[in-house]
Amino acid sequence: MKKTQIAITYVILLIAAVFMCFPVLFSLSLSFSDLSDILRGDYIPDSLNWTNYVNAFNTQPLLHYMINSAITGVLSTTLQIIFALLAAYAIVFIPFRGKKIVFMIMMATMMIPGEVLVISNFQTIRSWNLLNTYAGLILPGLASTFGIFLFRQNMMQIPRELKEASTVVGISDFGFFIKVVAPMVKNTVVTLAIYFFLVSWNSYMWPLLSTTKDTVRTVQIGLRQLQNTEAVSDYGMMAAGAMITSLPTLLLIFFGQKRLQEGMTKGALK
Amino acid sequence: MSKIELRDLTKSYDGKVNILEKINLEVEEGEFYVLVGPSGCGKSTLLRVIAGLEKITDGTLKIDGKTANHMLPKDRSLSMVFQNYALYPHMTVKDNILFGLDVKKVPKEEQKRRLAEAAEMLGLTPYLKRKPRELSGGQRQRVALARSVCSQAPLCLMDEPLSNLDAKLRGQMRTEIRRLQKKLGLTVIYVTHDQVEAMTMGDRIMVLQGGKIQQTGTPLELYNEPANTFVAGFIGSPQMNLARARMTDMGLILNDSLLMPVSEEERGRLPQGGRWQIGVRAEQIELAAAGDPLAIPVRVVNTEMMGNETQVLFEVGKELFTARWTGQYLIEAGQDLAIRLSADSFHFFDEASGMLTRAALQIKGHAALTA
Ligand SMILES: Nc1ncnc2c1ncn2[C@@H]1O[C@H](COP(=O)(O)OP(=O)(O)OP(=O)(O)O)[C@@H](O)[C@H]1O
Ligand SMILES: [Mg+2]
Repeated sequence: MKKTQIAITYVILLIAAVFMCFPVLFSLSLSFSDLSDILRGDYIPDSLNWTNYVNAFNTQPLLHYMINSAITGVLSTTLQIIFALLAAYAIVFIPFRGKKIVFMIMMATMMIPGEVLVISNFQTIRSWNLLNTYAGLILPGLASTFGIFLFRQNMMQIPRELKEASTVVGISDFGFFIKVVAPMVKNTVVTLAIYFFLVSWNSYMWPLLSTTKDTVRTVQIGLRQLQNTEAVSDYGMMAAGAMITSLPTLLLIFFGQKRLQEGMTKGALK
Repeated sequence: MSKIELRDLTKSYDGKVNILEKINLEVEEGEFYVLVGPSGCGKSTLLRVIAGLEKITDGTLKIDGKTANHMLPKDRSLSMVFQNYALYPHMTVKDNILFGLDVKKVPKEEQKRRLAEAAEMLGLTPYLKRKPRELSGGQRQRVALARSVCSQAPLCLMDEPLSNLDAKLRGQMRTEIRRLQKKLGLTVIYVTHDQVEAMTMGDRIMVLQGGKIQQTGTPLELYNEPANTFVAGFIGSPQMNLARARMTDMGLILNDSLLMPVSEEERGRLPQGGRWQIGVRAEQIELAAAGDPLAIPVRVVNTEMMGNETQVLFEVGKELFTARWTGQYLIEAGQDLAIRLSADSFHFFDEASGMLTRAALQIKGHAALTA
């Protein structure tokens, strides 16, 4: 590539990065500022002032919410991965009648926005008495069509002969799944796990509807409650709360970035 | 140990088109049996049916005298070598070779012994810890063979195992596979689309085309007495020269254009009828001696110099004929040449059906066999 081309690319990337980072940096600086400074329009703190953070933890049981989020996140991620793997395996490797149609219907559900299903999901979960439980939080999102699709694409790249070679020596479907398929789609598993966890951690609408008590309430709801508690919103404290809740996701992205990129771009085989 | 028998075996994937039709076949114990045919003729399908990877639509498959139509693949005591080797990319060479032995409950000690033996036999000992992608094509091929050897199954099915290798390596592996098969006394059913592989490796060969058996026999039977024009054109390199022929008072006329004088004796040995398809091998076309009354003038279109032999192409009607002569002939394209053809060295096929009506009476080099 020519030097100017590289330069232009970098300039564009730099501008994009500034745009992307601005809200985060702005919140970060707010989270260390006094409310009075903020209301005067002075958004740059003079010193690191941790009061907002202390206040955030005092106003709401943020730590408790974070633990709830972690539990739901890990559970739903694990289960989603397992179900998606098994479903994709069946679609790719097990011949059955009506397979194409089943898969088409699955894909069609991707076209339906999640919000449309919220009401019926709510009715279901309530009638099963699962409001305010981890099960109620997790259940509606367990079948990830996106996950099934990605795993299917991945598994379709596994040559048919590998399955046949296993069949000839007498390895069962489950054995083939454990010994061959799972290790071969490992990269996609990591990618999707990171993605699922982020989605779960950041989800707002469903946790808001399905929880009414603090016991299982997740961190995004807690964040929202920081705003409600006072007549004049304490922007500094809210920013501090936002910083706290986004810390795990930032860490995850920071450490998982390479895997995420690879998994999304490379098909993750070989 | 393993004998395979197919009776009127028919296979259809969609219930409409028969990919294989009424295949009858018997493979003896310890035999190296080659299935050969052009791409898409159903070779792999036949192999997969024998392996139990595809259901049989009609007919019977017997293994060691027992009907095996519904036997599970793992109970057929066979191993399979695939065209793309079917190695597991995330496993080491060692694990690839031993793949499946755990399921068969082969004790660890025994596995170790077999591994050492197979690796030694195929020269893989230095590579056991590597992953398949760190091997060359030929080495991968040997890993696939080693897996088959370690399974100690008496029947081995191979689906074009050499097609991904370069010509030199292919030659080496041909010998290696053959040697291994003899040493272990394996029954091998070997699929290829390469007639050279078929000729050089097979104890017996089946030529398949359009899902139907064209001919079965030893390599020489197929070469010397091809059952029809398809086999004639398929077996042998360069391809047998095929042409339409009709008898006139002057002699045989090939492709309505080349007049070929026929002696009285030869005339007496022609098959019934006056119109045929004929086939003549390249080495049966000779250069005419000067002043030969039966010489036929032709114009050379092209020559291919191989060093030890020369292939000369000339036109017979719209078809190209190839003649092959030992030695180095410097012949220009466009040059006129006198050749000599004998009707005794022609294979005669029925004009309409293409079935053999009279095989060649003279076959060059045949004396060597009977001597
Ligand atoms: N699973 C399948 N479903 C439907 N048709 C199939 C299937 N597998 C193969 N066929 C068809 O059966 C025919 C024979 O295929 P097969 O793979 O046996 O050919 P082949 O002789 O092995 O060819 P090649 O030399 O190219 O490997 C082809 O026309 C192919 O399209
Ligand atoms: Mg094939």
